[in-house]
Amino acid sequence: MTPEHARELIEQTLLDIVPDADLAALTQGVDIREELELDSLDFVALVERLSERAGLRIEEEDYGELRTMDSAVRLLTMHAAGSSA
Amino acid sequence: MPSLGADMETGTLLEWLVKPGDPVHRGDVIAVVDTDKAAIDVECFTDGVIEQLIVEPGRRVPVGTVLAIVGAEPAGQAPAPGPAGQAPAPGPAVTTAAHVTSPLVRRLARDQGVDLAGVPTAGPGGVLHRADVEHLLPRKRDRMPAAADHLAPAATRRAMRASPMARRLAAAAGIDIATVAGSGRDGEIRADDVRRATQSGDRPAVPNLVRVGGTTAAPTATAPTATAERHPDAMRQAIASLMTRSNREIPHYYLTTTIDMTAATAWLRARNRELPVSERVVVAALLLAATARAARRVPEVNGVWVDGELRPASSVELGLVVSLRRGGIIVPVIADAAARSVDRLMATMRDVVERARTGHLKSSELTPPSITVSNLGDQGVESVLGVIYPPQVALVGFGAVLDRPWAVDGMLGVRPVVTASLAADHRASDGAVGARFLNHIDRLLQRPEEL
Repeated sequence: MTPEHARELIEQTLLDIVPDADLAALTQGVDIREELELDSLDFVALVERLSERAGLRIEEEDYGELRTMDSAVRLLTMHAAGSSA
Repeated sequence: MPSLGADMETGTLLEWLVKPGDPVHRGDVIAVVDTDKAAIDVECFTDGVIEQLIVEPGRRVPVGTVLAIVGAEPAGQAPAPGPAGQAPAPGPAVTTAAHVTSPLVRRLARDQGVDLAGVPTAGPGGVLHRADVEHLLPRKRDRMPAAADHLAPAATRRAMRASPMARRLAAAAGIDIATVAGSGRDGEIRADDVRRATQSGDRPAVPNLVRVGGTTAAPTATAPTATAERHPDAMRQAIASLMTRSNREIPHYYLTTTIDMTAATAWLRARNRELPVSERVVVAALLLAATARAARRVPEVNGVWVDGELRPASSVELGLVVSLRRGGIIVPVIADAAARSVDRLMATMRDVVERARTGHLKSSELTPPSITVSNLGDQGVESVLGVIYPPQVALVGFGAVLDRPWAVDGMLGVRPVVTASLAADHRASDGAVGARFLNHIDRLLQRPEEL
């Protein structure tokens, strides 16, 4: 998975959960959960949908990687490398 | 107009999803109502056939107003339910066939253009037989187009179905949702369609009207002026009035206890590692499960205070305070929560919270709770000292699960802990009872595998 594809996947998934999310606000270092006010249920929904779409099982230990857009893109790019052309 | 929450006094009928002649069953979604807080899918409380739609889309009416008349099913089908006994306590959304012969209803029917008179009254006592109407209007689930045709004979109006989110976006953007092209199933207008319409700058002429009611079909009113747009402050006002009443009437007392969550979080972690991602459970589900089971064992906190006495509930109808993204709260209910497994509670909680926020709650999910939980853990606070939702007698609060220094067996360690609180009605219970309740919750959370 390319970083561009990963970012697109994350953004689409975030919009599913928070339809009016301001994705432009998710600049480097911004905490996704805080910025979009995701609660724990939103967060499991994010994890579940990302896991499904990226063909990657995101463990609870990996939750820290979903803190910012950059680290989330990295997580998907590295672990879902073989799942998509 | 059913009561969809303790703080609801009026509701605006947004749209009918059925039309006269449609057979309906208990639980069918027949209308969408706006409560100042959200658009709610209103379910029919009985089996029968829609005789008459009385309140037209766009109108705001008090709780208890008759919205529609449901008649008995045609002969040969399931027997008709008894009239009054089927109505839900807070005020029926619809009334039953006994009234259909009244002159008023007949006049309404005539004015509405519903051809009741043309239908043979084969039923006993002059109650209309619906079979012929069904023949004329055979579609049952093909909902909106037909209903709109009936409600809005004016040629300028077109059949339209939109998601509540789409409606809200349209209202906020000041565009008439009827002018938006729908891309969803059966042409349903979705939030994205509204966004596109907004971005394209293609502003229609009529601002702020989500939908105008069928003015040509209005039986009594001069013209429905209500729009489906919520007053910006309406939700605030609803919350304000209920909470004011609570603090005025209910002598609250408050208890808190700090619960060691080591066992619960370890159990959850192990469990979530083994199961598919989609079945992962969050700690809030465990807190709800423990609360529901404890409430079943302490009836003094699970019920309502009515007419100067406590009426304990026979099951735990667990209200869950859900904060909405644009501000405000809504409290859907998880029915018979004490009987649900942690997995089922998790699934139900996810489902209702998501729908509470996207505006697809059903009326059966807004029936009166017997106890309410406010979990502010995700907001990072340590504890919640809540205000009880009258006529309930208790509100349970949870803060965040936080690592804190904790003494165990004479040693100091760092453990995940949560502060559980109880706001209880002193008319219904005393501190010792409340303490017993919180201690139950604590004990249950020490053995999560048994929840």
